[in-house]
Amino acid sequence: MDKVLTTPIAERDVRELRVGDVFYVSGRMFTARDAAHEMMLERGAPLPVEGIPVFHCGPVVRKTGAGWDLLAGGPTTSVRMEGLEGDFLRKFHPRVIVGKGGMGEKTLAALSEVGAVYTHFTGGAGALAAQAVSKVEEVYWLEELGIPEAIWVLQVEKFGPLVVTMDSHGRSLHSELAAKVAENMKRAKAQFLSE
Amino acid sequence: MSGTLTNAVSEALGRAATALPTDVVRALEAARDRESGPARVQLEAILRNVNVAREGAVPICQDTGTVTYFVKFGVRFPRLAELREVLEAATRSATETVPLRPNTVHPFTGANPGDNTGEYIPAVTWEPVDGDEAEVHILPKGGGSENCSALKMLTPSAGMKGVLEAVADHVVSREGKPCPPTVIGVGIGGGADMALKLGKRALLRPVGTRHPEPEVARLEEQLERLINASGVGPMGLGGETTVLAVHVEYAHRHPASLPVGIVVQCWADRRAALRIGPDGSVTTIG
Repeated sequence: MDKVLTTPIAERDVRELRVGDVFYVSGRMFTARDAAHEMMLERGAPLPVEGIPVFHCGPVVRKTGAGWDLLAGGPTTSVRMEGLEGDFLRKFHPRVIVGKGGMGEKTLAALSEVGAVYTHFTGGAGALAAQAVSKVEEVYWLEELGIPEAIWVLQVEKFGPLVVTMDSHGRSLHSELAAKVAENMKRAKAQFLSE
Repeated sequence: MSGTLTNAVSEALGRAATALPTDVVRALEAARDRESGPARVQLEAILRNVNVAREGAVPICQDTGTVTYFVKFGVRFPRLAELREVLEAATRSATETVPLRPNTVHPFTGANPGDNTGEYIPAVTWEPVDGDEAEVHILPKGGGSENCSALKMLTPSAGMKGVLEAVADHVVSREGKPCPPTVIGVGIGGGADMALKLGKRALLRPVGTRHPEPEVARLEEQLERLINASGVGPMGLGGETTVLAVHVEYAHRHPASLPVGIVVQCWADRRAALRIGPDGSVTTIG
């Protein structure tokens, strides 16, 4: 059985999650890239986001009569938000970050401090993501920020798979793997370069 | 007449954005079958995504890339004069109909014309060949993987071992950033510009093909084995498949230079190709 968390997600739910766990989200999510992070930190959130996963994503959307269709919406590289995410987590408590590529030490510390997890959604899987979006509920700051950077509020049904790669207990799969990769390369080079 | 041609190129660009070539799908399936854990979860999601995109004719990835064309035109191809315009019109048309994300930004002002064209863009590489036909190869190239491309100017005494180490170190250092499992195009020799161009052109080759010259093919195979031994894995979450393929092309070099262009393509190795006859008839060739 797939594990599904329904929003708003509570702190105790994310505290139970560990690196390597896989789950899905149903309910609501919102997108925010660099510019939206900055603007939310300056002006405050345009909607209540406590327990609502923040998705690092600049989607492909199409205007329909009354609203919008999301056609493709995979994750963007999360580390661009590293300088902002700690404060963002402390201020808004989204509990779950959805992105790709992992984040750094500052974010990892904030995850433990406030009770949140960083999850990895498959990079490039924009169509799969779109399939899980049942409705674009709202868009904020579209005029000022443009389509990719605006805040898109999404109604989602079993959005995922999301792999926990940084948990609220100080573990980061990304930094653990970096050490392993360095060791593997040392061994492989000794073998290959002497062939 | 040029409207028909524009439609054909626009459709091919749409196909590239929405339907992943079979050779890439096969390579991803083979990778899924040998992986386990988080690596397998990623590859299963990728393959589900590929199906959803193909069936719904929606973009595989929200980054529909910088539209890049490689054109081989016969010196007697009668419609050459209109081809640049056709490629631009097709890019604008596909941006609206697929749709593609408007991805061209003025580097000074940040202004985005909204139709995926601009100064020198779509990027077109023209190669004259013999004959009266033209081949148009389409490569929509995503930004995340392009950001992981690099040029290394090696000392010639480093030799092919130096190339092996430099390329592997670079690709591994990018970890999950270019959305692995990637396809790597490597261009050796020529000059700084040519090494990168050859690297990008090497991406046009179907995954699973080898360079016809054995010593080049051997370097391709060694690079694949060394990079995959790193354990970076799909999406940089660990695993055996960091690259699906490495393609190497070369040009003769200056005795004092050993340029190595490394061009990184994400798992969404999107391609399409057409042949245009002298009468304007269009055949799909990839």
